[in-house]
Amino acid sequence: MYAERVREIVSQHGRLSVPVAELADDSDLYQAGLTSLATVGLMLALEDGFDIEFPDNMLSRRTFGSIASLAAAVEQLAAKPVLV
Amino acid sequence: MASLRPRTAVAPEFGALLSEVHRVGREVIAPAADAVDDAARFPHESIAALRELQLLSAYVPEAYGGLGLSIADISKVCEALGHYCASTAMIFAMHQIQVACIVHHARGSRFFEHYLRELVDQQLLIASATTELGVGGDLRSSICAIEVDGDRFRLVKKAPVISYGEQADAILVTSRRTPDAASSDQVHVLVRRGETQLEALSAWDTLGFRGTCSSGYTLSSEGAAEQIIPTPFDAILSQTMHPVSHIVWSSLWLGIAADAVGRARAFVRGEARKNPQLPPMSSLRLGEVDIVLNGMRNNVQSAVAEYARLLEADDADAFKSFGFATRINNLKLSSSQLVVDIVGKAMLICGLHGYRNDSKFTLGRHLRDAYGAALMVNNDRILAHNATMLLALKEA
Ligand SMILES: Cc1cc2nc3c(=O)[nH]c(=O)nc-3n(C[C@H](O)[C@H](O)[C@H](O)COP(=O)(O)OP(=O)(O)OC[C@H]3O[C@@H](n4cnc5c(N)ncnc54)[C@H](O)[C@@H]3O)c2cc1C
Repeated sequence: MYAERVREIVSQHGRLSVPVAELADDSDLYQAGLTSLATVGLMLALEDGFDIEFPDNMLSRRTFGSIASLAAAVEQLAAKPVLV
Repeated sequence: MASLRPRTAVAPEFGALLSEVHRVGREVIAPAADAVDDAARFPHESIAALRELQLLSAYVPEAYGGLGLSIADISKVCEALGHYCASTAMIFAMHQIQVACIVHHARGSRFFEHYLRELVDQQLLIASATTELGVGGDLRSSICAIEVDGDRFRLVKKAPVISYGEQADAILVTSRRTPDAASSDQVHVLVRRGETQLEALSAWDTLGFRGTCSSGYTLSSEGAAEQIIPTPFDAILSQTMHPVSHIVWSSLWLGIAADAVGRARAFVRGEARKNPQLPPMSSLRLGEVDIVLNGMRNNVQSAVAEYARLLEADDADAFKSFGFATRINNLKLSSSQLVVDIVGKAMLICGLHGYRNDSKFTLGRHLRDAYGAALMVNNDRILAHNATMLLALKEA
């Protein structure tokens, strides 16, 4: 249920080399040009958009590998109260 | 098939090897250093002496005939060489980075396993071409693309800085994976002399590190597709090239700094002998610079220890963590500034004797070499990366 919003945010902040519309939910974002540094901007935009906070251990290739994995991570984090 | 895993513990015979490095440093490398610097020429005699000690295969595991040294040992050798000739130390350090990329990331490749044995037998020297016209020092971005056709590849890269490109037996080159891959979707390919043309783009007449002969070339090469390392470049960079580069560079800068402090100490001792009752004023400055040198050494040692732990644990995610990457960047940022600071402080102690080119306390070459440290991968670029990564880090 989060995939559509995630898709929008990836398209604005992912700095990919292909249009996000051409990607499937399970396409490899790194192959589409996502870099480790660009994940930071993406993470900040997701945190802002969903009012969540990514713990350090989720800043991994597994989390940022595809729109589907990001949507799953957002869903998991949105279910938990944010601890600051 | 033997494992390509490198050893991380310190070898017991290493102390003897390190003494040999210092002997060669005194007898061969230091005597050539001024001529190498004056003429901006390759330090042939120094590299020949390192080949004789089998040091070009220092990081190759013993199973392949190498010395099987650990990253801690390699760091010590770089530091030792930095005392005698920074260009020789830099060539040695850059070669070790390339060897580490192969040792860590070509597991299971028949071509590279064979190549490692060849490297040991012939003491082959490997250079690096990451920097590219149009992208500068941004390692994670390439314009050029490798073209693979069946089991052959073709590659052309405009590389404005390839240290010892003309003296190297092979060059590890970054490029995009295919002509339609994203700029960040990169591979690392070994191109060999005999299969590679280097057409001159620019010369190397610089302030320091003159003996590295880091001229620019248009590099064109063809070869077998198996010369592409079978690991994506972003993993090679985060697990090996990034940490190893900053560790070996910082180690040799430490050697430059330690030699400058050694000269200052000898100078102060001479002053003290003239008037043994009253310690010279400069001895206070010596005490002061020693603190800074100690800090620099501690930074190198703690980065070496952390990296050795990660190698031991062999956990790919740990290398990718922003925490580790920023600490490695901090090592580079701080060492590259401390080396200038320390050589400058040593100059103040030696006074005109350090400033003169014709004195045994001369520090001119040390200072010129030291200023190169902040530029090889520009510190501002690295600081900007850290600034970004720190935004994401939440835990201490
Ligand atoms: C002794 C020596 C040996 C070398 N040997 C080799 C070698 O063998 N192989 C090789 O490939 N390269 C080699 N290099 C090149 C080195 O790795 C860097 O690529 C190079 O020094 C960068 O050059 P630059 O400062 O002109 O370019 P850039 O890195 O492009 O920097 C130029 C300027 O732009 C600024 N800048 C650019 N991008 C950013 C950013 N994103 N954030 C902040 N600031 C930015 C920098 O601060 C800097 O002021 C060597 C360099 C030296 C000094």
